[in-house]
Amino acid sequence: MENNIRIDGITKKYPKTEVTALKDFSLEINHGELFGVIGPDGAGKSTLFRILTTLILPDTGEATVAGFDIRKDFWSIRRIAGYMPGKFSLYQDLTVDENLRFFATVFKTTVEENYHLIRDIYVQLEPFKARRAGKLSGGMKQKLALCCALIHQPRVLFLDEPTTGVDPVSRKEFWEMLVKLKEKGITILVSTPYMDEAARCDRIALMQRGQILDIDTFEGILRKNTRPTMAIKAGNMYKLLLDLRKYPETEKCYSFGEYHHLILDGNPDPEMLMAYLTASGHEEIGWKMVESGIEDVFMDLMEKAS
Amino acid sequence: MTDIWSIQAHELTKKFGAFTAVDRISFKVKQGEIFGFLGANGAGKTTAIRILCGLLTPSSGNATVAGFDVYRERDKIKASIGYMSQKFSLYPNLTARENMTFYAGVYGMKRKEIKDKVNSLMEHLGVTEYGDTEVKDLPLGWKQKIAFSTAIIHEPKIVFLDEPTGGVDPIARRQFWEMIYEAANRGITVFVTTHYMDEAEYCDRVSIMVDGAIVVIDQPSALKEKFSVDSMDSVFIQLARGSQRRE
Repeated sequence: MENNIRIDGITKKYPKTEVTALKDFSLEINHGELFGVIGPDGAGKSTLFRILTTLILPDTGEATVAGFDIRKDFWSIRRIAGYMPGKFSLYQDLTVDENLRFFATVFKTTVEENYHLIRDIYVQLEPFKARRAGKLSGGMKQKLALCCALIHQPRVLFLDEPTTGVDPVSRKEFWEMLVKLKEKGITILVSTPYMDEAARCDRIALMQRGQILDIDTFEGILRKNTRPTMAIKAGNMYKLLLDLRKYPETEKCYSFGEYHHLILDGNPDPEMLMAYLTASGHEEIGWKMVESGIEDVFMDLMEKAS
Repeated sequence: MTDIWSIQAHELTKKFGAFTAVDRISFKVKQGEIFGFLGANGAGKTTAIRILCGLLTPSSGNATVAGFDVYRERDKIKASIGYMSQKFSLYPNLTARENMTFYAGVYGMKRKEIKDKVNSLMEHLGVTEYGDTEVKDLPLGWKQKIAFSTAIIHEPKIVFLDEPTGGVDPIARRQFWEMIYEAANRGITVFVTTHYMDEAEYCDRVSIMVDGAIVVIDQPSALKEKFSVDSMDSVFIQLARGSQRRE
């Protein structure tokens, strides 16, 4: 049983808004892979998930999930796929326990039969099992949705932005759970707008406006696209940003946590730059050379593509 | 130099029955400061913000916002602040221009004043070409920038931003923060929540809430030093992992 996903030349246009959500989109995801689709709102991530889970049809192009065709074999795909949509879609008026039993029943199985798959997650939910799903906090809703997507022992799992709006601790725990599920042989396709989560995936596709900017391992993407980058800080960070942008050698500059990241046209000449900043009245200046991070690379690729 | 305090909270508490959502929080925010109000989901941030915006009365403790009391002067607070959240801020079926005009009217601006202000804002934002598009059809990054401009259209003393950048692309996220810097530079106090810990670094000071209480409050650099770590993410995870109220 090969739980792979093949997408070949898919285009999907929404007639009402005339938005082309996916443009001649191709991608192959291997059996047992944890694959991340990374991109901002409007990249086409949700459209891709809806097509692969057979909720909508593409205009042109082909795709298979675990060997099943999205047009002919949609019924088989629905049986073997688990899907967690971006918007919370469980029954708000049913309790945690009732939601789980409902989804098990729909797939003609029982919670007991597949409990081993959800045990690690469900123990955290158990204290709230009599609570209505609508009354759960964000992190708990997300855990329940994952349990419901897993309860029929899917071969392929589709998770559409499972961590959006979730705090850093819960996000970290969630990714630890995904790694464990992957070890059970489930192929996982997951999307996220948080670039730092990309490091957890076997491979990632960076996506923008319906197209792929790059596909590779996290390290591979960084290696290919790294550029000499200076990280600079000073007492007044906002003024520093404006002044760095005015510096004649600057190609671009943007804020990056504690520092601003600066990319120069030619080779960096720190001494000249420091003289410029001192003359502009900056104090407490600190700088270092840094490796490009995933956000640097993504912004670079975004700009090149547009 | 004497600081002008935009927000002062002392032992502010909110209980819902037996549950203490906000537990004796005390802090001060200076005028023109960018203050990051951090905490895990369920830590009590939203309840605290609702009190500070004059939407909810506290159970005990004191607080003033823009000099007005959170028990007795809630209407004056509402008139002095701006608010935007990730979830709801703009009317999806109105255009950017209509949204701005509507909110400016709600805040009691004069008709002539509104027209000029809206025109200059649209130009400043570079959204004139989208002026007649319903905001529901705009990219999220644009929506959030328009929502922020709308929230400060009446030049409030303080603006509350509740997860303003969730799901926004890295470029738009940075453009958004530059708007925040600009507003703070003009003297508007910015009170912001976020789950992006790199954004926590952009704040002058941050507080971190765990189980309803503020456990630390300081400059990001001081917090990193105190916890001997190199990122706010590590500070946050160390503190939030100790939570008893993890739901």
